[in-house]
Amino acid sequence: MHADPIAKSAPPPSTADLVRRSLVRKGRWGVAEIGFWAVAAATLFFLPERHLILNEIAIIGLFALSLDLILGYAGIVSLGHAAFFGFGAYTAGILAKHGFADPLLGLGAAALAAALLGFVTSFLVLRGTDLTKLMVTLGVALLLGEIANQASWLTGGADGLQGISMGPVLGLFEFDIFGTTAYAYSLTVSFLLFILARRIVVSPFGLSLRSIRDNPLRARAVGIPVSRRLVAVYTLAAAYAGVAGALLAQTTQFVSLDVLAFHRSADIMLVLVIGGAGYLYGGLLGAIGFKVLQDILSGWTPQYWQFWIGLILVVIVLVGRERLTDKVGALWPRSRTRPAGQAQVLPATPAREV
Amino acid sequence: MAAALETRGLVKRFGGLVATDNVTFRLEQGARHALIGPNGAGKTTLINLLTGVLAPTSGQIFLDGVDVTQMPPERRVQRGLARTFQINQLFPAMTPLETIGLAVSERMGGGRDWWRVTGSKREIVDEIVEIAQRFRLTDVLDERTSNLAYGKQRLLEIAVAFACRPRVLLLDEPAAGVPEAERHELLATVAALPRDVSVLLIEHDMDLVFSFADRISVLVNGALFAEGTIEEVSTDPRVRAVYLGENVDE
Repeated sequence: MHADPIAKSAPPPSTADLVRRSLVRKGRWGVAEIGFWAVAAATLFFLPERHLILNEIAIIGLFALSLDLILGYAGIVSLGHAAFFGFGAYTAGILAKHGFADPLLGLGAAALAAALLGFVTSFLVLRGTDLTKLMVTLGVALLLGEIANQASWLTGGADGLQGISMGPVLGLFEFDIFGTTAYAYSLTVSFLLFILARRIVVSPFGLSLRSIRDNPLRARAVGIPVSRRLVAVYTLAAAYAGVAGALLAQTTQFVSLDVLAFHRSADIMLVLVIGGAGYLYGGLLGAIGFKVLQDILSGWTPQYWQFWIGLILVVIVLVGRERLTDKVGALWPRSRTRPAGQAQVLPATPAREV
Repeated sequence: MAAALETRGLVKRFGGLVATDNVTFRLEQGARHALIGPNGAGKTTLINLLTGVLAPTSGQIFLDGVDVTQMPPERRVQRGLARTFQINQLFPAMTPLETIGLAVSERMGGGRDWWRVTGSKREIVDEIVEIAQRFRLTDVLDERTSNLAYGKQRLLEIAVAFACRPRVLLLDEPAAGVPEAERHELLATVAALPRDVSVLLIEHDMDLVFSFADRISVLVNGALFAEGTIEEVSTDPRVRAVYLGENVDE
């Protein structure tokens, strides 16, 4: 039944062993996860004609992962997450336009800039109800959008930021018109940031975030500095979103006001609702689902595809994502916390240490 | 020797209402002290003042001789003041294992640790096991908290507070709502709390008060009305009139 070969020969495990195994198990990679990333890597070689859309999916996936960190893990609702995405995009774009063509430099700068913005605005969303949070985040994004519109000397305003030319990634890989380098670059960055996020959510810090989401009153009563933790995760998520924005700016070599638009924030929420929040893969699967749906529906009814997206959203929310994803969860045993008996103390499927 | 917990002239006003009226109170080291009082006597307000959820209008609070009046709740917990809640305040989507692990690793300063997997440290695991055994939760460690029997949830409620390794533990009606069949287990674990933890029990259930506490304070209309040993308080005619008598009538 269990994968650990040592456990078979050893005497019955003590409670301490079971406790440790049950805790550490969350940090291990399941087969389905490894499979997911293997398939993602394989698309680099087997789907060359799709690299442009795959690049977009990787970026949206990273952006949704960022929202999942605050919404799925810390319970902070946001309707203005595009503020950080757009801020990162403009930071990277403006840098490149002014001669700093190294992609990684732009990425780092975008992450820092977005993190700073996240840190400052986090204090606005700490308190208040969900409605307050929605309005404040929405307001910040609208503000930024208008500033970008007015500061056309810097951002190009409504015409967009043109004349971005990127240098090769690591000085080696030039961006090509098929989007292969772009996709490889976005996928690699998303993967690395995913690994980091995955580490974080199973750490004591990540556990404390989940406790705050579940019951902030009790979290405080066990000595957790709730506000500080929320500031930390909001700042981190902002940096992630900034990197996603920078990837878009760098790989498409163009930034328009669209990156700060309300629909960006709304779409990313939709992506996370499609994929499911709180287990990290929701953003990635949601991004695939969203883009594929958009592709199919807009091919089918170019004018009315949003009608169908809207209908699907309503169905998902009404039927309940829980119920829908529980069915997926059956195929995806490691990714979800489910009601579990004593047997669950033992790993259910083969696992591998990171 | 400084009291484990002490208040001096504690007052809390909500507009014109005096919810806590000049309460001066000592919880001695290692005490088993019960705080009783009729509904609306201000017990909940007093707890909120002690734990820092509310700020007092005037007066001071000392924890082990240190003035904590201005300290935020989480700092008081870090200094050794933990509480349980009358109505369960748990993490429904987490398991008891994660819940206890959270409190333990948080106390050990692990909450800032964002790189290591929870449970990779030996001392954390050992302590989780010890607490799980003490509160008879080993069989349900991997269940979702929301699926636990109510009695087990009440045990977890105390276990979480205990995992903060408090020197002062405030128990707010620990047996409230626990069905008869599960009551014994709960009372036994409460009785077995180590003596180096000073306990303030806020309770309605007089059986539990008499079996557990060696000192009783009576709160009426926000003010301390009487205090003494079980003998003294239970024979005090004023207390009988105001509180015990009323309780019998119910």
